[in-house]
Amino acid sequence: MSTIETRGLTAHYGDFQALFGLDVTLRSGETTAIIGANGAGKSTFMKAITGLIKTAPDMIHIDGAPAGGRDAHTIISQGIAMVPEGRRLFPSLSVEENLLIGTHAKRSGPWSLDRVYDVFPVLKERRRLSGTSLSGGQQQMVAIGRALLSNPTTLLCDEISLGLAPVVIEELYRTIAELRSEGLSIVIVEQDVARAVRVADQVYCFMEGRVSLSGAAQDIALEDIRNAYFGI
Amino acid sequence: MDWIATLLQGLLLGGVYALFAIGLSLVFGVMRLVNIAHGDMIVLAGFVSFAVVEVLGLGPILSLAIVLPLFFAFGYVLQLAVLNRTLGDDLLPPMIVTFGLAIVIQNGLLQSFAADSRKLSLGEVETASIALGTDIAVGVYPLIIFATAIVTILALQALFYGTKIGREFRATSDDPEAARLMGINTKRVFAVATGVALVVIGIAGVLMAIRTTFDPLSGPVRLLFAFEAVIIGGLGNIWGTLLGGVTLGLAQAIGGAIDPQFQVMAGHLVFLAILIVRPRGFFPKVAH
Ligand SMILES: Nc1ncnc2c1ncn2[C@@H]1O[C@H](COP(=O)(O)OP(=O)(O)OP(=O)(O)O)[C@@H](O)[C@H]1O
Ligand SMILES: [Mg+2]
Repeated sequence: MSTIETRGLTAHYGDFQALFGLDVTLRSGETTAIIGANGAGKSTFMKAITGLIKTAPDMIHIDGAPAGGRDAHTIISQGIAMVPEGRRLFPSLSVEENLLIGTHAKRSGPWSLDRVYDVFPVLKERRRLSGTSLSGGQQQMVAIGRALLSNPTTLLCDEISLGLAPVVIEELYRTIAELRSEGLSIVIVEQDVARAVRVADQVYCFMEGRVSLSGAAQDIALEDIRNAYFGI
Repeated sequence: MDWIATLLQGLLLGGVYALFAIGLSLVFGVMRLVNIAHGDMIVLAGFVSFAVVEVLGLGPILSLAIVLPLFFAFGYVLQLAVLNRTLGDDLLPPMIVTFGLAIVIQNGLLQSFAADSRKLSLGEVETASIALGTDIAVGVYPLIIFATAIVTILALQALFYGTKIGREFRATSDDPEAARLMGINTKRVFAVATGVALVVIGIAGVLMAIRTTFDPLSGPVRLLFAFEAVIIGGLGNIWGTLLGGVTLGLAQAIGGAIDPQFQVMAGHLVFLAILIVRPRGFFPKVAH
């Protein structure tokens, strides 16, 4: 279990600054939703947490200890896993190989290939196919299963519902709810604000690289979110 | 019957070019790195083997026991210490750095071994041949090289598709950022890949040093043939290198049969013709 905290987190792409001093706390065992318009910096935030974008050491703390500036593979081995935007399956790997890549982080825990197949039986049937030959929803299942196989304590999900049919989205969010009940910390980036607020304990709204609103999900009015979202 | 002999000769010559090409293709396939020092590394392997033979009195084949581990370590360290820093969206920095490395290797060899041509000797195996029918014979040694090329490709195939590091090679080649997100240390993966490529280069270099003479400046020609074979076969495709090597070997053998002067030129012409018809080679693996 771990609480991840960012303190004054900034991030740049070359000369372009994408994040301007974010203070965000992802509490252990809770579900945190991050919402915001396109380009608000949601994906950049997740990339900074996972070490894909380098940060200063004290901008990110895991259980109180500075954890910024490390390589992604080190962060992942500490129990943070990501379902990246656009799924990012490996095209030259089969479904099963894509899943097995998750085990390369060498963390032990409740997740095994068999358990992923229990949760997503359709993947077992198609395990020999190329990962990218599946439907969008099935690809998303592979991306989630792959992340779970690293036995994370924190799961970051970047727009898992994008472009999927409503029934598939329901199924994915049922899985997310089960994961939460097992004690996993979950962070979701979601365009569907109502859904995000429904599944989350905490909500952060980003606007242009800053936190424009944050609070417990039950205390936040959709009205406030609309303002924080568009800055009107 | 002359023609059959020529084709056979071309086919076997293709094994040499395939062996040259595999290391180049592997490094490009895994990390999009064009190694301009490839040919010079092949020559370096010949010289290292030469030195081992001189100093320890081993035969050239036994010298592989020293050359190959040494070359793996060389590739691993070179990638970790130097080449990883040059990788990015731009193909140019690694090309420039390996171009510099090529010059360093050439001049280092000139300093240590002078400009003389060398050759490793394997005794009678070099000239032995097997008679096929009444008037065709194939050289045993070219056959050994061809078989080595095939065994090397099969071994790499097993490594890529049957092992954990092979899966990491393929995942990292597909999407290095996503690979890092899965906890893969891509810098280490690249280092192992270059180490493996250098092992293949070591095999190619020593076998080639037995087949023909070499000197400190023979690297660029080796690179050219390797490059042509890789492009013909399709960038990043390992079986493609065999096809590319054989195509090049056949073109040269046929060209040489028409007029000995025309041998190397025929290879280049076929290469250019294929570039025009199939600019991405026969089996392109890389999508961009
Ligand atoms: N690789 C990159 N290079 C340069 N700028 C980038 C890069 N990725 C993102 N940006 C910029 O950084 C800002 C934040 O982008 P980010 O992808 O984090 O937004 P987001 O909130 O995830 O948006 P979306 O809802 O579209 O996914 C944007 O202005 C974007 O244009
Ligand atoms: Mg995004």
